[in-house]
Amino acid sequence: MIKHTNTKHSSGNADSEITVVNRRLFLRSAGLATSLGTIIIAAGCSKDDHPMIPGGEEVNLGSGDIGVLNYAYALEQLEAAFYAKVVDSFYSGATDAEKAILTDIRDHEIVHRDFFKAALGSNAIKGLTPNFDGIDFGSRAAVLGAAKLFEDTGVAAYNGAGRLIKDPNYLLLAGKIVSVEARHAAVIRDLINPKSMDFAGDDIIDMNGMDKAVAPGDILAAVKGFVKDMINGANVGK
Amino acid sequence: MDIFKIIDKFQQIDGDAVGRLEYASRRHFMNKVGSKLASVAIPTAFAAVVNKAFAQSAAAVDVLNYALTLEYLEDEFYKAGLAAANLIPASDKTIFMQIGKHESQHVAFLVKALGDKAIKKPTFDFQYGGAFGDVFTNYKTFVTVSSALEDTGVRAYKGQAGVLIGDPQILEYALQVHSVEARHAAVARRLAATLLGLPAMKGWITGKEGAVPAIYAGEDNMTQGGVNIKGLASKSDAAVTEAFDEPLTKQAVLDIAGPFIKA
Repeated sequence: MIKHTNTKHSSGNADSEITVVNRRLFLRSAGLATSLGTIIIAAGCSKDDHPMIPGGEEVNLGSGDIGVLNYAYALEQLEAAFYAKVVDSFYSGATDAEKAILTDIRDHEIVHRDFFKAALGSNAIKGLTPNFDGIDFGSRAAVLGAAKLFEDTGVAAYNGAGRLIKDPNYLLLAGKIVSVEARHAAVIRDLINPKSMDFAGDDIIDMNGMDKAVAPGDILAAVKGFVKDMINGANVGK
Repeated sequence: MDIFKIIDKFQQIDGDAVGRLEYASRRHFMNKVGSKLASVAIPTAFAAVVNKAFAQSAAAVDVLNYALTLEYLEDEFYKAGLAAANLIPASDKTIFMQIGKHESQHVAFLVKALGDKAIKKPTFDFQYGGAFGDVFTNYKTFVTVSSALEDTGVRAYKGQAGVLIGDPQILEYALQVHSVEARHAAVARRLAATLLGLPAMKGWITGKEGAVPAIYAGEDNMTQGGVNIKGLASKSDAAVTEAFDEPLTKQAVLDIAGPFIKA
């Protein structure tokens, strides 16, 4: 399915691939296609249809529970880096309430990131290089749209990874974090569309009243535009 | 998005939707088709899968009946609140209608899944033996109880994850409900913060602060994965405790919920 010979050298069709990704990235960050379902399906198809984008070393998350923890660590790294950038220079017109919320979330994600790094010790993957080029950090709509995408993706990722975890202590840890991500998602969604049903909208919650649960392969495909490294999660939980 | 390709994939695996759901590909199905299209088509098959799994695990039946008790409680609470005249202001109706809808869906799913093993709906006393006597006449009380119920629900589901580790599909359903309760909790908490004039109350739980001490006991824990993370990344105790939600045992939850349940 995914065949590339050398990550350092572009293949013949790399330029067109990059165009495809940039377009998707734009759509996502612009908040025009931030329904996670849409992205997951789009990404799921692209995975079959296109080779991965060359660029950077492959990062292998590893197998079993270590793989799941590294998978969480990778996602937390992206979230922490995103919010750090947001808080470093708030979009114009950010209210004090919005600044407080985004600063809180940044701190939570940094705590998550550093916790996983410490817990993994020598098994931890390296620090990833995020790619937020497609996000206009000066725009409220773009920042909150991207935040919504990251939080919804985090929730779906933890929900989908739960069944892959073998050690009940790690499962509980994932549970302790996923509900905080869900709180973030709800608050961000309520900032975008206050007092609406969107905090747990019909776009993300199904008719059984359930959030999404998405497997690592689909999540990694959905976020690959946001990270320069190539992440290999093929053995996560196996 | 190529929906036909996805449907085609299903048919390659198994032409029959119910049969497919009962075997290995049901995960693939859920993941790839996050669309309403799919979820509308299969709720009964969904429940059938759960029902089948229950037959294999008494532990799962116990956990899901425990969940059903809490969902009945929440469902009845929002039905009564939404029906009460002059309680929920028009500006906040949408929020509580959405929360109430989800609780009804959770009840319906669990009842269908448990089949004849489902417990009967208890009779509730939302005044909590008089402590919340004005719960359906005073919006502040209603929102406070709502946030407390949702935070309890989050802790209750979290506390059962380990019990379900041998039942991966049931575990996944429980996690999918768990995060919805957390979304509810965050919004209810922010409404409560505004109404009660408590700027320190946020969508997330700081330390063990909360209206009902028993519900927030232990939320100030800073030992995660066996490691003391106080001061991690030079962050405050507030940030460190907010970053992790804590579980409650079944007994602790039933002790909290007990006064709500008359019979």
